[in-house]
Amino acid sequence: MDLNLSDEQRLLRESAERFVAGSYDADHRRKMANDPRGFSPAVWTQFAELGWLALPIVEDFGGLGGGAVEIGILMEAFGRGLVSEPYVATVVLGAALIDKCGNAAQKQERLPRIAEGTLKLALAHSERAARFDLTKVATIANKTAQGWRLSGSKIAVLDGHAADEIIVSAHIHDHQGPSGRIGLFVVPTQTPSLAISDYERLGGGRACNIELSDVQLPEEALLGDGHDALPAIEWAVDRAMAALGAEAVGIMQTLVDTTLEYTKIRKQFGRPLSANQVIRHRLADMAMQVDEARSMALRAALKVDAEPVERARAASGAKAKIGKCARFVGEQSIQLHGGMGVTEELEVGAYFKRLVAFDTLFGGSAHHYRRHAELGRTAVQA
Amino acid sequence: MDLSFNAEERTFQDEVRGFIAKNLTEEMKRATALTPSVFSDPDIGMAWQRALNRQGWGAPGWPVDHGGPDWTSAQRWIFETESARAGVPNVNVMGVKMVGPVIIGFGSPEQKNFYLPRILSGEDYWCQGYSEPGSGSDLSSLKTRAVRDGDDYIINGTKIWTTHAHHANRMFALVRTSDGPRQQDGISFVLIDMTTPGITTRPILTIGGDHEVNQVFFDDVRVPVANRVGEEGKGWTYGKYLLEFERGSGIASAKLREGLKAISDLAESDLTGRAIDSPDIATRISEVEVDIDALEMTELRVLSALQTGQNPGAVSSILKLRNSEIRQAVTRLGADVIGHDALAIEPMRPLYKLNHEPAIPEEMLTVVPEYLNGRAYTIFGGTSEIQRDIIAKMMLGI
Repeated sequence: MDLNLSDEQRLLRESAERFVAGSYDADHRRKMANDPRGFSPAVWTQFAELGWLALPIVEDFGGLGGGAVEIGILMEAFGRGLVSEPYVATVVLGAALIDKCGNAAQKQERLPRIAEGTLKLALAHSERAARFDLTKVATIANKTAQGWRLSGSKIAVLDGHAADEIIVSAHIHDHQGPSGRIGLFVVPTQTPSLAISDYERLGGGRACNIELSDVQLPEEALLGDGHDALPAIEWAVDRAMAALGAEAVGIMQTLVDTTLEYTKIRKQFGRPLSANQVIRHRLADMAMQVDEARSMALRAALKVDAEPVERARAASGAKAKIGKCARFVGEQSIQLHGGMGVTEELEVGAYFKRLVAFDTLFGGSAHHYRRHAELGRTAVQA
Repeated sequence: MDLSFNAEERTFQDEVRGFIAKNLTEEMKRATALTPSVFSDPDIGMAWQRALNRQGWGAPGWPVDHGGPDWTSAQRWIFETESARAGVPNVNVMGVKMVGPVIIGFGSPEQKNFYLPRILSGEDYWCQGYSEPGSGSDLSSLKTRAVRDGDDYIINGTKIWTTHAHHANRMFALVRTSDGPRQQDGISFVLIDMTTPGITTRPILTIGGDHEVNQVFFDDVRVPVANRVGEEGKGWTYGKYLLEFERGSGIASAKLREGLKAISDLAESDLTGRAIDSPDIATRISEVEVDIDALEMTELRVLSALQTGQNPGAVSSILKLRNSEIRQAVTRLGADVIGHDALAIEPMRPLYKLNHEPAIPEEMLTVVPEYLNGRAYTIFGGTSEIQRDIIAKMMLGI
């Protein structure tokens, strides 16, 4: 039992913090907010040079073989600077699903290119009617003589506009009809009859909705051999939630630091705001919730490879708890900044919006407390 | 980073489990489960302390030369976790965890030789004389006075919230020996024999119906000057040192988890008409469980930091605050889970020696008293408001 950072982990944290503090300042964030791409290809290249894109990819395919704890260290630093590069979409979700579901050729074709920064991916799984239920998929992949034909609609595809290929989940219908299995299909974004409507994402970066109208794909578009991919999707989303939780911790820490400084400088009634006990106690609660969130993000990261129920409960518990902390810390940061907190003139609002996006992604606190409870009862009955 | 235990730690875990299996009697287990106050009564608590002491585990936090077992952080974690899981008695901490470390840190050689073995063996039973009716959170305003008379102090005043004063044969107390420029000056730390003439004890019943705390009166009580720990007037320093021990032994999550498990078991049982089938109850159980997970991780992070000699800082206040709030959430949930049976209150104590059939099933007897008594968790050892002051000052610098 040891929760101290190793020397390598400490170095990773230092280099990530240095990068964010040096290159990802308020000016850069403002530029990104007005950039139609929502991120900087130059920064992406730097990520590749720093080895961050290779971080969780296995050594055999040009990666560094890092785990969820290392991803969390990186994501926390990203949160501090509101980094908007498509890291979760490409590296945490995309690379993980290729590695988990792909065959040797599919991995060889993509993982080294992800590591070197020349391939970006996205996952299109959520559908409007499913809300946050990962098991509900209405998109259909029909087996054809040449390969596959996909039809359906996906929403909230993180950074889909930036991707070279989108991994789309669909129910496999083979020659006998519905197979009861979900498959993952790699769809190049340039594919005809794939319509991408992309939008500015709350809190930075972009997302899109996609329409697949009889999209024709070759045989090898299906990842792996057609085993049901649902367990892999749940696994990957749990990993993504752990990573996003760490990012939220970084965002919250910056908000607490900023708000603390502000309450020391801002004077009303002839004394700093922080001279009031009601303000000090609020900040103490905020600091405490950041610490609880940090514990939960780390816990989820340490359990990403545990057996499925334990892993999923850790991920849902973290998502629910961190979401609750995030709302509190974000809303109170605005409250303590007074009227200025509600304007675009300070960055508090931008950090708050990213926290709201975090709580919304893959389902909010209420959804995940429910999932945690249901999984607990499954475990008891099993 | 690694959450799992290594081979040596697993061996130790087996050793702890073996010890508990051999020494924890069904009677002790039942009495502990049926105790709705913080600590077990001495008949149960001291029986366990004696068993621990026979094993050399009487004082896990003490240095080896005073009889400590020299455990690593992981071993302490395993010991506390296994103890909570098995439902061992809650030994009154006033001796081993509170006055013991102060005597070790600041006591004279004679005091160490005399008191420490008697704490380990359970021969002495201690209570704490800190709070006074006029001095709660503002503890250093205390007025109980000790006036020098030859080789004695003569003590007059009163102490309140004195846990187990009605069982204790000794008290460690903060008393005023002089008036300094600051109210923290002039306080001394003294050890008092509870059989000394002039001491009277008045029981105070808590809202759950338990007699755990008391008010103690001192009327010209003679205490030898030799019973003062450390220097005269430096008691506040020693007392604060001790309060840090009171706030966080740093391992509370295991007990919270067992408390929640008892409530979940009730919720899954026909006794509550399967309260768990109501989605709001199931979700609230999850909310509390997740809070315990977070506290547990924080405790493990602190233990890891301590293991490598890092100073975890004001985190003992965070641990105390979260432990107390979560404990209250567990007991509140319990009272909701048992539904209509929360209307029944059993006045007789101890609950493990009732001479009549209780109105509600035995498993539910402690639920409401624990909820009611549990309101004290955010008050004793420094209220939540005081803890937030400390966090703001120590962690945030405001």
